[in-house]
Amino acid sequence: MSAFLAMLQRELRLALRGGGDVLTLMLFFVIVGAIVPFAVGPDQTLLASIAPGIVWIAAFLAMLLGLERLFRPDHEDGSLILLRHAELPLSAAITAKLIAHWLVTALPLLLASPILALLLAMDLASFWRTLISLSLGTPALAAFGAIGAAVTVPIRHGGLIAPILIAPLSVPVLIFGVGAITSPQSGAAALFLAALSLMAVALAPFVAAFAIRSAED
Amino acid sequence: MIDLGPHAIFIIWAYFGVALGVFGLIGWTLLDARATARKLAALEARKAPRRTPESTL
Amino acid sequence: MSNDTTRPQAWWQRIAHPGQFVAWSAPLLWPLTLLTAVLFALGLWFSFFNSPQDYQMGDTVRIMYVHVPNAWLSQFVYAMMAVSALGTLVWRHPLADVSMKAAAPLGALFTALALFTGALWGRPTWGTFWEWDGRMTSTLVLLFIYLGIIALWRAFDDQLRAARVIAVFTLVGAINIPIIKFSVDWWSTLHQPASVFRPDGPTMPGSILTPLFMMFFAFTLLFLVLHLKAMHTEIKRRRVMTLQRKLAQGASA
Repeated sequence: MSAFLAMLQRELRLALRGGGDVLTLMLFFVIVGAIVPFAVGPDQTLLASIAPGIVWIAAFLAMLLGLERLFRPDHEDGSLILLRHAELPLSAAITAKLIAHWLVTALPLLLASPILALLLAMDLASFWRTLISLSLGTPALAAFGAIGAAVTVPIRHGGLIAPILIAPLSVPVLIFGVGAITSPQSGAAALFLAALSLMAVALAPFVAAFAIRSAED
Repeated sequence: MIDLGPHAIFIIWAYFGVALGVFGLIGWTLLDARATARKLAALEARKAPRRTPESTL
Repeated sequence: MSNDTTRPQAWWQRIAHPGQFVAWSAPLLWPLTLLTAVLFALGLWFSFFNSPQDYQMGDTVRIMYVHVPNAWLSQFVYAMMAVSALGTLVWRHPLADVSMKAAAPLGALFTALALFTGALWGRPTWGTFWEWDGRMTSTLVLLFIYLGIIALWRAFDDQLRAARVIAVFTLVGAINIPIIKFSVDWWSTLHQPASVFRPDGPTMPGSILTPLFMMFFAFTLLFLVLHLKAMHTEIKRRRVMTLQRKLAQGASA
């Protein structure tokens, strides 16, 4: 357990060391959302009706951006090989990475979402639903992202391929995520979203560890 | 040819597109097979004269 | 691994050895090709000259004869890739790698053709080329997964490594496809219900089923023939790469 906590601490310290990354990601999230009105026009009712979709797309893109730093730096400086032979199982190390990744990419998006809600003319009720749906759904996005990043880590220029692989897998997250905000059956959608996140987070570390291990021997 | 009714154009396009796709796939498979076989033959021909009895493996 | 050569091998291990596989499956290629061609000829004749109009769909039912087999293949090929992926990961069998790699472009094309014919059927029937309904949407997502797998194959230099990593991704996709299907169905339900395979038997008249089944078997055989041929090519390509590596080593030594 202490090894796991140490791993988590290491990941968080590495991610926050630059400091700029987290703020840049929040800025990216807000800017993607804020650029939509320029494309579709400033009509308040239209914006309010498509706001849940915009928030989810912005979150999806922002989470894709942060994926590069999940395994790539460790692969390049060789610490991924050390992690494979460490006492802590690789899947546990990846769980720590996943949690740290969620804390430094998804949590800032949740904090920045009020700004987008304001800009996109959301009412308070749908803002709360957005917050719940984002916090239920982003773990699944992070988990699918971890699988995509693990699969593409041996490729020298894997940065472009990972989003292509992850996007089709993330379709259910987007459907239930937006459904949990707008659909009349939003309760059911939120439950599906939670189930999806639990399953993805439970399985992704093992799958990612398996992919990393089979790529290197 | 029989009468295909008012939507003949869609039926013809569907079969034409499928034929194009299938023949393209067959052609690609055959071309790929031929090119690879040729490359393999060339490599084995290059290897053969260099082969001495003790270094066959 | 080294005692594999000394231990007497089971028959299925022997016939699955890449060289042996090419030797015993190459003579099958021509008869299968012939059978495919005959089935296509018969199927096309039946679908144009010996099948009635559907009382609801009219002549557009003829599009179904190419649409249904392609839609079936889009899923069958993925199932085949998933089984091959298991073979790669569990038995580390080189033939499973080859089968997986050869199937991906075939599956992608059949999926694309299923979407294409579906769109051409949808225009006269529903009045639109594209409808965001459950089946079309999940087929589109399946096409994206196929294309992602092909992109992954092309991105790797080392094919042995690629096979294992792609096998992992293929299986993740296989687990995820039912979830995608479920979510997309939940999202939009408009397509007509399945009408060929039902517990109470087919609801289509026999005269439509005859060409449908002939085309179905013709397309499935076509896939098997092309898959076999592509596997032979892939085995040869690996031999080419090994020889090139050996030559390069010999030149540098």
